[in-house]
Amino acid sequence: MSLESVYGQVLNEHNLHPFHKGETEGATLMLEGKNPTCGDDIFLQLKVSPEGIIEDGSFQGAGCAISQASVDIMLDLVIGETKERAMELCGEFMNMIQGKATQEEIDDLDEAGALKDISHMPARVKCAVLGWHTMEEILKK
Amino acid sequence: MTDNKYRADFPIFEKHPCVYLDSAATAQRPKCVIEAEKEFYETMNANPLRGLYDLSVKATDAYERSREEAASFIGASSPDEIIFTRNTSESLNLVAYSYAMDFLKPGDEIVTTVMEHHSNMLPWQMAAEKTGAKLLYLEPDEEGSFSDDEIMTKINDRTGLVAIGHVSNVLGCVNPVRKIADRAHRFGAVVVVDGAQSAPHMKVDINELGADFFAFSGHKLMGPMGIGVLYGRRELLEKMPPFLTGGEMIENVTLKGVTYAQIPHKFEAGTVNAAGAYGLAAAIRYIKDIGFDEIRRTEDELCERIFEGLSKSPHIHIQGSKDPQKHNGIVSFTIDDVHPHDIASILDADGVNIRAGHHCAQPLMDFLGVQSTARASIYLYNDEQDVAAFVEKTLNVRRWLGLES
Repeated sequence: MSLESVYGQVLNEHNLHPFHKGETEGATLMLEGKNPTCGDDIFLQLKVSPEGIIEDGSFQGAGCAISQASVDIMLDLVIGETKERAMELCGEFMNMIQGKATQEEIDDLDEAGALKDISHMPARVKCAVLGWHTMEEILKK
Repeated sequence: MTDNKYRADFPIFEKHPCVYLDSAATAQRPKCVIEAEKEFYETMNANPLRGLYDLSVKATDAYERSREEAASFIGASSPDEIIFTRNTSESLNLVAYSYAMDFLKPGDEIVTTVMEHHSNMLPWQMAAEKTGAKLLYLEPDEEGSFSDDEIMTKINDRTGLVAIGHVSNVLGCVNPVRKIADRAHRFGAVVVVDGAQSAPHMKVDINELGADFFAFSGHKLMGPMGIGVLYGRRELLEKMPPFLTGGEMIENVTLKGVTYAQIPHKFEAGTVNAAGAYGLAAAIRYIKDIGFDEIRRTEDELCERIFEGLSKSPHIHIQGSKDPQKHNGIVSFTIDDVHPHDIASILDADGVNIRAGHHCAQPLMDFLGVQSTARASIYLYNDEQDVAAFVEKTLNVRRWLGLES
């Protein structure tokens, strides 16, 4: 695996200039996610309408480039979608990180597909899924 | 070609070529250590300390001779004062359970430092909670030194136990154990020294240090994993209750009770790791043959190269002393705007192995005001090529993340 395939433009852009870092006004759901191996944590906020549409979302916390970019890309993808669609993307992302996703699933993940080679970096899987796992926990409740 | 004549003793560099700079986590093993474990199992394997036949006697001899080697390695006057454990963590827990829990009482104080590895902090937090003793932490300055004032104020007539790391696994600094021990002994407190990071790199003499207990691991000094040592002063060990109970540690058992074996066996319940001890003895002999002066010379030279190399970037910050000689081969650092895990992954892509994270010293990270750090650590098999590769890749890390180098 080449380093370029992970630390590429998409990841660097989202890490250096995260679009969704901050607070969500009128957030309805929030949860802290923790990566026990490094102690990094993120605080995820989502604003979900009574109809179940994720209208807005944000994250806070410090972390590695992979965890930060991954959660920022995730929010890009799920804002404007239904909770069910967000859960579907979550499942596809988890599959991809475990190296089990189909090409269709990877295509469906759009920019998040840029993180697919993390499946070859077992030490970093937890970083990549931190935000996704936290969202899954919130939406399941 | 390497100019390091010891490197060829380590099969790993042939079978898995890499730049290994994580020896503070675990060292690599020379052929003689691997061969020793094999030799034990091939030529003297039986359950030591109980068999009545020749092979078991051979196993027992090998195990007890290893204890003598360990005793002389740290200047203990008798092998009876050497207890084999699994590692430093277990050694320190043994002291917490069998000494602190029995001999400390409410109102006593336990003194440790904020720079300890969790292994030399959590046992004392637990002991304090169970006994009602109060736990105090010595705080160092930025370079990792403890002021006399800090030592004088916090160690006093209430102190019952002082637990201190000999060398910090993050800052690499040597702590003034003797000074702290002298102060503690004035008040009759016992001194526990975590030697995990010192025993592999410098001549240790427990009497010179003033240690009542001294713990170290085999695997950090090129011995096998799963074997560790606890030195304890005889009078203390004799009055302490056993840590674990079971086989091999008794003199006599009836349905009503037990008389325990003499030290050190009182503290070694169950079948022991005799092959590990035998391998550890081989590692100790390997170190003695080379000598600490030689080990130290390699470490200091390479550490200086790392300092020189990393100083080329204004974005790289080394934790602790500015003097490479005060780092004992341990260099923890941060890079502006880059998370240490990204540093480790980027270096790993080129086969450069370093550690990143909180190094089991979260309170020290908080104290230093960082979330985590990257750490390169050197041992005698490292060479200039290792350091050159590490420095070059590290200077490039920011570029990988789209930042200015």
